[in-house]
Order: sequence, then structure tokens, then C-alpha cells
Amino acid sequence: MIDFEPSEEQALIVGQVRRFVREEIWPLEAKLDPDASRVEPEDHARLVARTRAMGLYGLGIPPEFGGPDVDIVTQTLIAIETAQHRAGLYSPCFGAFGGAGLAQLYEANDEQKERYLFPMLRGEKRGFFGLTEPSGGSDPARAIRTRAVRDGDDWVINGSKIFISGADGADFGIVFARTDADKGRGGITCFILDADTPGFHVRRVVHTLRSGHYGTELSFEDARVPHANVLGEVNRGFAIANDRLTRQRIPYAAGCLGVAIRAQEMAIDYAKQRKTFGAALSTRQAIQWMVVDNEIDIRTARWAILAAACKAARGEPFRTEAAMAKLLASEGASRVVDRAIQIHGGYGVTKDLPLERWYREMRIRRIGEGPSEVQRIVMARDLFDQALY
Amino acid sequence: MGVRMDKPWRELTAANVAALGAELGVYQLADAEGRIVRIGYAGGRTLFGLRSELAAALEAGEAARFRTEVTAQYLSRYEELLMVHAADHGALPVGNAADARRRMGRLSPG
Repeated sequence: MIDFEPSEEQALIVGQVRRFVREEIWPLEAKLDPDASRVEPEDHARLVARTRAMGLYGLGIPPEFGGPDVDIVTQTLIAIETAQHRAGLYSPCFGAFGGAGLAQLYEANDEQKERYLFPMLRGEKRGFFGLTEPSGGSDPARAIRTRAVRDGDDWVINGSKIFISGADGADFGIVFARTDADKGRGGITCFILDADTPGFHVRRVVHTLRSGHYGTELSFEDARVPHANVLGEVNRGFAIANDRLTRQRIPYAAGCLGVAIRAQEMAIDYAKQRKTFGAALSTRQAIQWMVVDNEIDIRTARWAILAAACKAARGEPFRTEAAMAKLLASEGASRVVDRAIQIHGGYGVTKDLPLERWYREMRIRRIGEGPSEVQRIVMARDLFDQALY
Repeated sequence: MGVRMDKPWRELTAANVAALGAELGVYQLADAEGRIVRIGYAGGRTLFGLRSELAAALEAGEAARFRTEVTAQYLSRYEELLMVHAADHGALPVGNAADARRRMGRLSPG
């Protein structure tokens, strides 16, 4: 039997998280700037205390590292819920459920874990993920031009990165650099770089459609990193980057779906209340079809996301499923938010409602974590059972 | 748009504030010597955008001069201006003590 309905336990957890979002996050958010992505430290501490009490703090952190023992399907259901507020697409519940941080560090050696992973999990250190470069982000195997050259016990890094989140406030970063010019994806190495390394600079803020979040541009000018800070093996860094990109697509898609669900709720509520020419909008066929099209997009994305999560939970390959879920959710949710704005009319584009923020931020989701075109490449590659390029 | 705000300073007077639009954006306040005393933003919940913010600063007697920049990315621009000020002067403006409570980012804007 194929059944995507949540189990009794999952339904209880989802209900608990839904109440948390509506009773704790919505009232708090009503007092914040419409573009805000963080809350005051004391509010954050209060929210974290609640999620800890729920036993759900640190979702995504493996149980052996102190995270709750919650399977990936349940985590996905939770991610759908935690996105259902104004800041939810990029700051679900303002980080109250914690996060996995830089998952690559779970593969670090013991010394690296002591210096970076454990302090990060304790909230004492922050890290950034430095992959994308001005030469491109969709094809990192070829686009990475930042170079690292071995010099005794060190590696000397030169180059630049762009669209890197959180680098300005980080204590360290995971940086991908080319260590063999002739080997394509087999010539990339992953380094852990301390943010106070001489020669490492956060040059500027990169402003985007998101006001409350920004990327940064980084430069490396003879930045010296000890060989002990190589994460994994020399020239095997691409696999580390790629693994992260595949896994991240499921919660990324779930966030899109959560926002779409909330936008649809708002559209239906408004269509029932708003009257034009003597009748509620909900009686108009044009509006009904928009709502139906929204539901089709939502359910399609939901099934694709849960199918990907179920395969991941079974330990089966899920690259195609994750790519399909990411594509369907980001593109479908964009359409849902657009239609919800249309139903709301002029109010839909004001900052009085969250729709305009979701509209801007959702546009980024069709590019972030691999644009739709790359998702299609990934799926095509698997369907033809070969590397196309 | 440069990393630093480089528009000319204007006197913080009722007439200059009344002439401001109600757009969202960022602003800097300075004393009579041109030292920046606070960086702020007019966000989506302000009643009349920059005009409301600067009117409040005038009423509080916070500064002698001001300059503004209209931008929809007021939050990220605000963060950027704070970080640039910290990089240039080694600390945040005196009026941004509340921002010092949280962990600020670092920039090396050159």
C-alpha cells in the first residue's frame, strides 16, 4: 500500500508544531518589521526553550551528536509547518528549532570535530559554506577558480566567492578550492578556514530581493590554511559539496510548500469574505479555478517531497526524487503565491500582508540550491543512466 | 550604489524633514562636526517612511544633520552601513548601542 498520510505520532508532532507557529510565532512577528528575519535575543531564547521542551530542538543533528531522534519524513513534515509564517521561507520559526549547521563537519576527523563541529553544535561558533564563485554556481566542478597551492604544512588560497550567507558573522568557513587544475571535479578540495586568517576578507554585502538577508563577497589573498584543516581528502571535495546539495533539496522544497499552503489558506479565506458586484469572490469561476490550480500545485509538490523523503529514509538513492521535489515545489509555490496575490488584489502587494515578501523570496528559490534547469539536468542524467557532461 | 553613503549632509530642520518623501530606506544622523551619531532605517511599519523617522530624530534633538538613501533593501543596507562604520571607526555610532547587544558581522570594505 502506498500511503503518504502521517502516522498517529507524526500527526501529533505536526499538530504541536502547528500550534507553536500560530501561538508563538505569528503574534511575535506581528510586531516586527515586515522584512525582519530575526527576533530579539531574549525572544529567541524563549522560543528555543519551548522547542527544547517539545523535544524537537536541533532537528537535522544526528542523534549521536545530540539531536532528537526524528526521521527524515517527520522532519520534512515539520519543515512544511515551520515555514508557514511571514519570515518562514528563509528563517523558519526564527531558528527556534536549531539546525544541522554545516553537515559536512559530521565527516570531519576527531580533531576537527573538537575544534569546529562541537562548538558549532553548542552555539559557540558559526560557520559559512563557501562554494559559489563569480564564475558560476550551478557547475561548481568547472566554475571553481579559487586555487589552493600546497606550501609545506600549509595550503595557500587565492580567489573569491560570492553569494555566501553568514560569512561576515562566522568564526570559520568551509571553503572549496581547486587543488588540481587538470582534474575537473576530481581536482577540488574542501578546507576549513578560520575567519581570522590573514588574507581572508569579507569585501561587501550583496543585496538581493531579500531585505532581511544578504549574501557576501569574499576574497582570499594568500590566505594560509594548515593541511590539518583539509576536510576529507585532497581532491575529493566535490563529493562533499554534492552530497550536501542533494540532501538540502528536500527541506528546501518543504519550505516552499509550507509557504504555498499558507498562501492558499489566505486566498481561500479572503475569497470567502471579499464581495464584488454583490457576491463573494469565492463564487466566481475565475477565482475558483485559481484556487483549484493552487491546490494542484500544492498536492503535486507534497507528493513529490514525501516520495523523496521516504526514499531517503529507506536509504535508497533519491537524487532524482529530490531534484524533482525541489523543482516542483519552488516553481509550483511561486505560482501559488502569485495567484494568491491576484485574488487579494491591491492588498496582496502591500507590506500589510506577507504575500509580497513571499513573492520576492520565492523567486530566489527557483535559483537557490540549484536552479530549475540544473534539477532537470540531474534528472536527465539519472534517466539516461550516464553523466551527460 | 557605493558601500558607503556619500550623499551630501542636510541640516536637520523641520522644513528639510517635511520635504522628505514617505519612502522606505536608510539614514545617517550626524552632529554639527559631521560625526555620525546614529544609523537608522525606515522600515515597512513606519507611518510615513523616512519622513517619520527623521521627524522623530528632530523632535528628540538627536543630531544636527542627516542624509538619506531610499531603498527597498533597507534591512540589509542598514546592516551594511553599520558594518562599514565599524570597519572605518572601530566601533558603532553612539546611538546604535542597541545593535551592539547582538553579534554584528565584519566587513573589510577596502
